[in-house]
Amino acid sequence: MINAVGAPQSMLVIGATSDIARATVTQLASAGRLQRVVLAGRSGAALDAEVERVRRLGVPLVTSHHFEARDRAGHEQVVADAFDAGEIDVVLICFGVLPDEDRVRAEPLAAAEVVDINFTAVVTTLLASAKHQRAQGHGVIVVLSSAAAVRGRASNAVYGSTKAGVDALASGLGDALQSTGVSVVVVRPGFVRTRMTAGLRPAPLAVTPQDVAEAIAANLTLGSRTIWVPTSMGWVMGALAVTPRALFRRLPI
Amino acid sequence: MRLARGDGAEGADAGDSPAAPVVQELTGWGRTAPTVAHVAAPSTVTDVSRFVAESGSRGVIVRGLGRSYGDAAQNAGGLVLRLGAFDEIGPVDPETGLVTCGAGVSLDRLLREVLPRGWFVPVTPGTRQVSLGGAVAADVHGKNHHRDGSLSAHVAALTLVDGRGVVRRLTPSDDLFWSVPGGMGLTGVVLEVTLRLIRVESSLMQVDTTRTGSLDETMAVLAESDRTSRYTVAWVDCLARGSARGRGVVTAGDHATSEQAGEHAGGQTRGSLSRALGRRPLPAPPWAPSGALNLVTVGLFNEAYHRRAPRATRRSLEGVGTFFHPLDVVDGWNRIYGSRGFVQHQFAVEDPECVRRVVGRLSDRRAPTFLCVLKRLGPAGRGPLSFPSPGWTLAVDLPVSDSLGDLLDELDADVLASGGRVYLAKDSRLRPESVALMYPRLDEWRSLRDELDPEHVFQSDLSRRLNL
Ligand SMILES: Cc1cc2nc3c(=O)[nH]c(=O)nc-3n(C[C@H](O)[C@H](O)[C@H](O)COP(=O)(O)OP(=O)(O)OC[C@H]3O[C@@H](n4cnc5c(N)ncnc54)[C@H](O)[C@@H]3O)c2cc1C
Ligand SMILES: NC(=O)c1ccc[n+]([C@@H]2O[C@H](COP(=O)([O-])OP(=O)(O)OC[C@H]3O[C@@H](n4cnc5c(N)ncnc54)[C@H](OP(=O)(O)O)[C@@H]3O)[C@@H](O)[C@H]2O)c1
Repeated sequence: MINAVGAPQSMLVIGATSDIARATVTQLASAGRLQRVVLAGRSGAALDAEVERVRRLGVPLVTSHHFEARDRAGHEQVVADAFDAGEIDVVLICFGVLPDEDRVRAEPLAAAEVVDINFTAVVTTLLASAKHQRAQGHGVIVVLSSAAAVRGRASNAVYGSTKAGVDALASGLGDALQSTGVSVVVVRPGFVRTRMTAGLRPAPLAVTPQDVAEAIAANLTLGSRTIWVPTSMGWVMGALAVTPRALFRRLPI
Repeated sequence: MRLARGDGAEGADAGDSPAAPVVQELTGWGRTAPTVAHVAAPSTVTDVSRFVAESGSRGVIVRGLGRSYGDAAQNAGGLVLRLGAFDEIGPVDPETGLVTCGAGVSLDRLLREVLPRGWFVPVTPGTRQVSLGGAVAADVHGKNHHRDGSLSAHVAALTLVDGRGVVRRLTPSDDLFWSVPGGMGLTGVVLEVTLRLIRVESSLMQVDTTRTGSLDETMAVLAESDRTSRYTVAWVDCLARGSARGRGVVTAGDHATSEQAGEHAGGQTRGSLSRALGRRPLPAPPWAPSGALNLVTVGLFNEAYHRRAPRATRRSLEGVGTFFHPLDVVDGWNRIYGSRGFVQHQFAVEDPECVRRVVGRLSDRRAPTFLCVLKRLGPAGRGPLSFPSPGWTLAVDLPVSDSLGDLLDELDADVLASGGRVYLAKDSRLRPESVALMYPRLDEWRSLRDELDPEHVFQSDLSRRLNL
């Protein structure tokens, strides 16, 4: 159960090796209530290392599950297994890829694969999680959207379109789940310094995975909502959203 | 399915129409951690047995009037039973004061019924808006714990539906009886309570009020008044600094005799019930505007409340409502804490130094503790999970904030190290592993529970959170 001050006892992390996911688990474990964490991700040394790391954070029960975003047939099972073994207070959906825009524009099938990973796999895992949490009468699903979801940009049209789909689904679902005990927190970070953005020039208002983790923890029990990280990113994107296209397309973003 | 929202501010008969289960979002009095359950209102014993026997994997729990602060009376994804239909009040035996009531009867109704005839409940919590079932399940204590113990000491018999749906009659001579008080509804559905009432000569209280200037003085006056008065309690100012830290107002009282009451009320004694239960108290928390509980407003309130109390001990007559249930005059006062809700932290400890350290910590952290109540407790009762244990008990209300979890964990660590315990009826954030340390007889309770409910069909958010 999530207690009165917002500390969860159980968690399913999908995309467990992501830098943002790791920081979030650390943050939520710091309240000292996490008893069970299910880490879903692609099997391998990185996932094993993450299991060890979370155990060292003091979580008594840590298990891992193989999760391949391109294998959509397996998605429901990964989620079901986590819930079958007990309560899941928080589901964190945190996998994704940031493709080389030029390459995916040249190879439409590669773009479709990005859609499979960034969007389709979020659809399946998000809907499955919502179904199970409804049955248990409570829970929070945290979904990583992006500032890129808000307006299509020349530099990341494909990535942005997948995040726009995620964002629309997660916010609509969050509203549909009112009064069910389940809420969906949609997280829209700007530029986060992680493995995903390694080598890229940090954009203005760049943040760390820790910043994202703290924002998630602070908004965990406030109901379905959309949060920006940093908060000021919301104002910037709000302004950009109403910028005329002729001007927008010439902006260096 | 019908949807409804009930966050604890329910009245005595809300949600009690005997319909099919309704999907409802529930919280405790602190309005934290909402979850959704199927809420049903059975009207017969057979219905109750059937609901228990047919509850699914998420189990079943009873909800009384939702006055526990945390998650004791909610059951996410499962079944929640409301017993408003079990509302009968039997005749009072004139010799023994014994009365048998349905578990859904509120203390408010019971008092309105019996007080005019010269009876009073043996123990009352700080609100009359609790059900008898809920009061027994939490084994509530009152201002007279040092004299009279907790409620279970005055219960002569219980009717309980166990985990198999079987109806049992339990008396204090049965070990299983003692799984119920403090057991927070996890050993069965209480349908009926046979309670021993006490005789009173009037509906008024004779009260001595004393203003104190420091925590040491508050504790000394409280300890002293325990020797002379049946009912005692202290309000403590946790925001005052320096030597004034822990200053307070101690009230000590007893039921006024008809003679005492007559002198002041012009002979209008037993009959003046509505006045006794309805008079307005000292300035109380609900006066604060919504969401405005912060250091400044709480500090101002504390100052005013403290000053209003007489410098020298003053004796007065008060109605039982003013004396015992000052917060009841305003419905839903729990809403002033804003949307994040609040936590009441109540602990019991023998060592007065622990109380001093906790008050010191609250004062140092400038925690806006609006309500902070100190009492002395007498000998423990027989229930393995019954909260009261000899010494002191301090209860503080704190609005939820980002730093509250850490502060309360620090308080728990001190309480635990001092051999104390936290009250489960108030709890909403204890560490599960602390429960066995705070309640050393937990395993004894668990084996009684296993006897009454081998399949653990009785489940609540509290039982899940604390791995009970
Ligand atoms: C303003 C205020 C002041 C208070 N002061 C005091 C005080 O001075 N002393 C004190 O001890 N407590 C005090 N309390 C706490 C309160 O007395 C207890 O939480 C009590 O249990 C509330 O009763 P309820 O009917 O609202 O029960 P709920 O809060 O609805 O339920 C409490 C527990 O009782 C169980 N329960 C309820 N009915 C039944 C039943 N029929 N059979 C089996 N289990 C059942 C529930 O499952 C749950 O675990 C106070 C609360 C408030 C809001
Ligand atoms: N970094 C940013 O600037 C930024 C900004 C906004 C939103 N986000 C979003 O935040 C989330 C986390 O990103 P991050 O920055 O933490 O990046 P990251 O460290 O690179 O993590 C990406 C995660 O996705 C997993 N993943 C990738 N492809 C997968 C597949 N086919 N099957 C299963 N898992 C797969 C990775 O697993 P492996 O370890 O197995 O590769 C890894 O766990 C993503 O949704 C991202 O879009 C990031």
